[in-house]
Amino acid sequence: MSLLEVNDLEVYYETEDGPAQAVDGVSFELEEGENLGIVGESGCGKTTLAKAIIGILPDAGYINDGSIGFKGDDLTELSGPERRRLKWEEISMIAQSAMNSLDPVYTIREQIVEAVETHRPGTGRIESDQMVTEMFELVGLDPDRADDYPHQFSGGMRQRAMIAMALVLEPSLMLADEPTTALDVIMQDQILKRINSIQEEINSSMLVITHDVSVVAETCDRVLVMYAGKVAEEGPVEEIFNQPYHPYTIGLKRAFPNIRMTDQDLLSISGYPPELVDPPQGCRFAERCPMATERCREEEPEAHYVNGLRSYCHYTDDIDTELRPYADDARTWNQTAAAQNMGGD
Amino acid sequence: MKNDVLLEVDDLKKHFKVNQGWIASLMQSVSGGEPEYVHAVDGVSFNLHAGETLGLAGESGCGKTTTGMSLVKLHEPTAGDIVYNDKELSKATDAELKEFRQNAQMIFQDPFESLNPRMTVYDIVAEPLRIHDIRNETARVQRALEFAELLPAEQYFDQYPHELSGGQRQRIAIARALVLDPDFIVADEPVSMLDVSLRAGVLSLLDRMTDEFGLSVVYISHDLSLLRHMCDRLAIMYMGKIVEKGPTDQIIENPQHPYTQALINAVPVPDPDVGRERVELQGEVGDVIDIPTGCRFKARCPEYIGDVCDKVVPPLEQKVNAEQDIACHIYESAEGYDPYEQLADERQERNVDASDTSDDTESVSADD
Repeated sequence: MSLLEVNDLEVYYETEDGPAQAVDGVSFELEEGENLGIVGESGCGKTTLAKAIIGILPDAGYINDGSIGFKGDDLTELSGPERRRLKWEEISMIAQSAMNSLDPVYTIREQIVEAVETHRPGTGRIESDQMVTEMFELVGLDPDRADDYPHQFSGGMRQRAMIAMALVLEPSLMLADEPTTALDVIMQDQILKRINSIQEEINSSMLVITHDVSVVAETCDRVLVMYAGKVAEEGPVEEIFNQPYHPYTIGLKRAFPNIRMTDQDLLSISGYPPELVDPPQGCRFAERCPMATERCREEEPEAHYVNGLRSYCHYTDDIDTELRPYADDARTWNQTAAAQNMGGD
Repeated sequence: MKNDVLLEVDDLKKHFKVNQGWIASLMQSVSGGEPEYVHAVDGVSFNLHAGETLGLAGESGCGKTTTGMSLVKLHEPTAGDIVYNDKELSKATDAELKEFRQNAQMIFQDPFESLNPRMTVYDIVAEPLRIHDIRNETARVQRALEFAELLPAEQYFDQYPHELSGGQRQRIAIARALVLDPDFIVADEPVSMLDVSLRAGVLSLLDRMTDEFGLSVVYISHDLSLLRHMCDRLAIMYMGKIVEKGPTDQIIENPQHPYTQALINAVPVPDPDVGRERVELQGEVGDVIDIPTGCRFKARCPEYIGDVCDKVVPPLEQKVNAEQDIACHIYESAEGYDPYEQLADERQERNVDASDTSDDTESVSADD
């Protein structure tokens, strides 16, 4: 049994115009000790998905259907107190902005000790202090600074303190939502390295949510590409990067400059993601896909399995036989982009 | 060197006074203490050639944006000068400055903040023309919007920024920068606020800008992968100074300064098959108020070689067997400069000044 099994999950937000289908029928599994990267553009539902898993959806958001299986329990059916017990103890979250996630009026030590004492009643002060020291050393912070307040820390130090807090109870699942986006590249590199090595030590799994495909390439075993609330493609990181099948993945991969390459033809995907209140009935990417046909606009694609990948595109089987050179050519995409700009939006 | 230098930046410095609140500054004026300064840009020199794209890179707080803003005269430099068309800007007349401003444009990071929400697209793009009293307004606005691939241009005239997406807004900002037909543009993180799928479109527009108009562009970004894609030359900044400068490919593939090496090594690669050698750098960027003596990178430097790094500021200069300019003592100067000579000089001076220095320290501690 997998550690985490998300099945046909639908998370909607209440809006004036009706429910916005932020996550719409997403399924995936996460094994123990495995890292899964969830990538996509802003508004694709990746953060909503994480919030639904840990149970911190905002008031307007609700789980419409589907299940989140975690160690045999369905998280969507647990009561408030039961979920709270799981939070931090079993599932912890490293948020994008550590500034907003740490309480400014408590010292870092007090915040970590509070988490320990809430979930492990009976832990003595000496023992929990010792845990703080250990965690600080693990994330590369000076334990003498544990009695500082968050504002006395730099951005990078705060992010590390946040990681220390997320790891102190040795959870089996960590959700990292853009864990390093706010940081400079040297700090990002150090923090990712630390997270990975700590993870190996305590054998926890991680969901890395990010728009940065290079972070995923370096830290994850598998990748889930989301587009407009749905899964576009999913599979092992090598396959997704070397030979993706979904046109959106192909486009996204080529939209990123690579520092190791000269003279790349970057590609831009024309148009914008669809409205989620009243999404188009066929493939959600059809409007921006240079290879879309009438069928794509009318019929929602099923999962196609190829080379260990799961791709939601009608033409998955044709990619290898004829479409790949066309899809891999930046001109294909840029021409579509130019044509769309001409027409105006 | 090529002889088509458009802009010559000579030892540019920009310091900001630290805002301590009025009680502290009152106390200070009574006690006569020295105010503190943030040394945002602290002695930067480079040339920008006609038609060239230069990237300014570095971590947040390294002074790259302040440098960029000084280039278009949004900041008055504390010291140093900018020479434009053989004219020193500090000595330029008002008319010459106006001409300079017409030729120096800037594109900002956030198109949600940089466009006036109360103005229509037409007015936003036409405003610079009105300020500089240039005729043929409609035709120029139309051409600028068309260049920015906002088609048909008329359709955008009466729209307001809030009706447009981030990518379209950044295109408006580009049209506004281009409408005066400038010589050079400073683009500060022009795509970092845009979604990945839209970035390439704006980047190719910026590319066309240099190709078709022969514009010089200074790109400011923390994203080295992007700069590699866009720039002919790179300058890497650390704590207000340039530590390495040279052709982009050379710097990315063969970085020499220990900081540049760490920086480039830390950039993640979007390819799971590429392993990356990781160098762990100690500590964090130092204090730009109380600047350390000698090399600013010394406390974190894995190549630290002692006193000379501690005491002598490494100049950015040509080194033996290197294609780029490097500010580091571990490489031998190709210009005959010997940091150890200066170290010896400094020691002598220090001995002479020893009595004065001790007096200073006493008076400072008395103030506290």
